[in-house]
Amino acid sequence: MACFIIPATEAIVTTIAAKVLAKKEKDSAIHYDGSSEVVEKSRFSKKLGWLNNMLWGGSALLALEHVWHGEVVPWFPFLTNAADAADRAEMFHEMATVGVSMAALVTVTWAIMVLVSSRLEKRAAKMEEAAVPVSDKK
Amino acid sequence: MTLLISVFAAIIATIVWYKNAPKDDWKVGTLALMYWGASLMWMCDAIFEYAELKEEFFQPAVADMINDSFLGLTVVALGLIIWLVVLLVKDPKGVLRAKFLAKKN
Repeated sequence: MACFIIPATEAIVTTIAAKVLAKKEKDSAIHYDGSSEVVEKSRFSKKLGWLNNMLWGGSALLALEHVWHGEVVPWFPFLTNAADAADRAEMFHEMATVGVSMAALVTVTWAIMVLVSSRLEKRAAKMEEAAVPVSDKK
Repeated sequence: MTLLISVFAAIIATIVWYKNAPKDDWKVGTLALMYWGASLMWMCDAIFEYAELKEEFFQPAVADMINDSFLGLTVVALGLIIWLVVLLVKDPKGVLRAKFLAKKN
């Protein structure tokens, strides 16, 4: 019905957050250039981009499905179920159940991806540190 | 069928991305994430549908399957179009930029 609106709304929020974060990272990079903290932060803004891609892509492709099934139309109110009060209630229920679950599942999957990649990065950094010769460490 | 087709598209895109990783000049990573996002959303939809229909969920009518297959292929095509637009706008290899700059000069 209109379940894709929930992930699309989340996508708007995360896109704005990513833009703000990227700007902050750029500013902090000027002040603390070369520090490991900046590297870690810039990686997170890139990781937020993964969530944006999943949410925008998924919402766009789901929107096509809704157009295909005649649930989204190019005239007001754009959602066929929004015209009638009973259908509207059903639509809101679907958004609250299916839509929220979709957004939550994508976000949880992204959080797992971030956790795994962070651990891999930390392990790689430790291995790199261990591989540096003692003379170089001084 | 739509879920299956989008999952296969996501797997193929991920394999292509992995084959060229860490280089991602073609932005295939973006395409893979888009298909995975859609697949996860359709999986969620399928779980709710299964909870409602139970066994009937696994016995769709042939006409519905054909319709869903066409939808799946259309979804894959739309994903590719979005990816192509992203690729041309971001122009990671600088092909378009070089072309237009060369014309100006």
